[in-house]
Amino acid sequence: MEFYVQLLISGLVLGSIYALVALGFAIIYKSTSVVNFAQGEFLMVGAYFCFSMVVQYQVPWLWAFLITMVFSVVLALLVERLVLRPMIGEPVISIIMVTIGLSSVLRSVVTAVWGTQIKTYDPPLFPDTPINLAGIPISQVYLWSFGLSVVLLVLFGLFFKYTKAGIAMRATAFSNQVALSMGISVKRIFALAWCISLVVSSIGGILIGNINGINISLGHFGLKVFPAVILGGLDSILGAAVGGIIIGVLENFSDGLLKTWFGLQGIKEVAPFVFLVIILMVKPYGLFGTEEIERV
Amino acid sequence: MSVNHCGDFKQTYKDDMRVLQTRFIRFWVYGFVVFLYVFPLIASTYVVSLTNMIGIAVIGALGINIVTGFTGQISLGQGAFLGVGAFSCAFFMNEWGIPFWLAMPMAGLVTAAVGMIFGIPSLRLKGLYLAIATLAAQFILEYLFLHLEGITGGSNGVMFPSPQVGEFVFDTDQSIYYVIITVAVLTTIYTTNLFRSKDGRAFVAVRDHYLSAEIMGIHLFKYRLLSFAISSFIVGIAGSLWGAYTQYITPEHFTIAESINYLAMIIIGGMGSVLGSIYGAIFMTLVPNLLSYGTSVLANVWAGAGDLIMSLKEGIFGLIVVLFLIFEPDGLAHRWKLIKAYWKLYPFSY
Repeated sequence: MEFYVQLLISGLVLGSIYALVALGFAIIYKSTSVVNFAQGEFLMVGAYFCFSMVVQYQVPWLWAFLITMVFSVVLALLVERLVLRPMIGEPVISIIMVTIGLSSVLRSVVTAVWGTQIKTYDPPLFPDTPINLAGIPISQVYLWSFGLSVVLLVLFGLFFKYTKAGIAMRATAFSNQVALSMGISVKRIFALAWCISLVVSSIGGILIGNINGINISLGHFGLKVFPAVILGGLDSILGAAVGGIIIGVLENFSDGLLKTWFGLQGIKEVAPFVFLVIILMVKPYGLFGTEEIERV
Repeated sequence: MSVNHCGDFKQTYKDDMRVLQTRFIRFWVYGFVVFLYVFPLIASTYVVSLTNMIGIAVIGALGINIVTGFTGQISLGQGAFLGVGAFSCAFFMNEWGIPFWLAMPMAGLVTAAVGMIFGIPSLRLKGLYLAIATLAAQFILEYLFLHLEGITGGSNGVMFPSPQVGEFVFDTDQSIYYVIITVAVLTTIYTTNLFRSKDGRAFVAVRDHYLSAEIMGIHLFKYRLLSFAISSFIVGIAGSLWGAYTQYITPEHFTIAESINYLAMIIIGGMGSVLGSIYGAIFMTLVPNLLSYGTSVLANVWAGAGDLIMSLKEGIFGLIVVLFLIFEPDGLAHRWKLIKAYWKLYPFSY
């Protein structure tokens, strides 16, 4: 029993971080219709930058965190202005490819600056002592990460629902032309979308870096996000949250169970993608996505 | 008795549909093919080995261009499909003792079948969603390469026996060159002609406007699946040749990076263009080699540079792709057309 609860908890934590990254992905897709294959690399850059602040320059955590957020915003504005804006109106494949190119640039910059060795945050953001929850020891890192992710997801949900900027973003997502004619600066909304996306990705990176340490394979997180966003529906913020958590739990369970039952190794890497193919065949627009209806 | 046509003057439909339009072009294209066959006699082994890699890349790029460039279905699983071809060809040769010449087309058929399985979502999906489905194919197949040890040898990989005719074994760069270049030339001819046929035109129609295509009576699902099948078949052949060339295959070679590499080839060369696939294959094979060369030169001058540039190499590669997409989105084939058009009327601009 304890084994299953452990699986569920680590699945929920992993899933909540997936949800954060998926949120970043969905925000960009929803407002700018850009599919960002570099999401995982942005997460990695954020995690490494925060590492430098905390470990190399000994900045206190709160400040390091804030500086990382500022850095993410600057990076987002640069990327949006220099790389993505010239691509407006190009076919989907070019936009996919430009973000893939961007991801390899980011990866190589990270290896050039920080090397390939695994790094750990020292001091860690959260205390590492496990606490007892109904007889089952759970690491505090897990609880804090889960809590922080959920809070962020709720905050962004409220932001889109009630603030002026959030409503403007939804309007832009609905139709660029309509938004423009209502006096919304679509360019500014695009930049805002990238900023929010990179900020949440960086937070995801810092959280996962606190759990597993930071290395170059953090970039894979960006690919794991695809099953999550497809399950939830590519253009749905709520879907990103739900999809992320389901995929995280599913990944952990399939890994844990198949390993103990059949001795299969490495299922963790592939289970979300098998699930992804099944979703695409059964319910291609996900749980909350808008179905594209075509009329002639 | 003119040597060359002076202008676009055709009297029959057949004339207009010719692949090699003028005697001038015919002369140079046939000359180039002949040159390809005497090339290894005059070139160094290193140059021949580069040409071998370019030849395999040309075949693979033509394959992916059929499904992505001509039919408009983004495929991110190219690397894995190469692997399916290579591993199944090795399996047929090692386990069943089938000669290479038969195992290669069989491997093509296996890859076509696998490609069609992952093409099934194209019944309901298109564009981005299909791209993500092929991305999933990539990861699932990569997992299978590592874990179906009976067929693929797991992470150790398998030996790939060299092709052989009677007593003659194609195990040197020079000898395998002839196999690769022959297949590359045949694939180029096939692809060029495919897009002059009914099926090929249906592919282009599906890409350009699938709703109109459907209204005109093109069975969308059938042609989408067919393009996956033809493309994967050619990619499987390219994978088998890669095995025959390297003589030893491991799953490492067939990762997502390889898929991206092929996608970059057709984007840089020109999507939906046979010549573009060739330019892209040449470009993307030569650039990493030039970068390695540059790195070794710089490392001699400045000792610390080597490590730094090694890690930046992948980034430079990515940067080239990004810059191409921003400044030359239609690829090298398009640029070449513009250059030709410019010289046609030089010095008059119109």
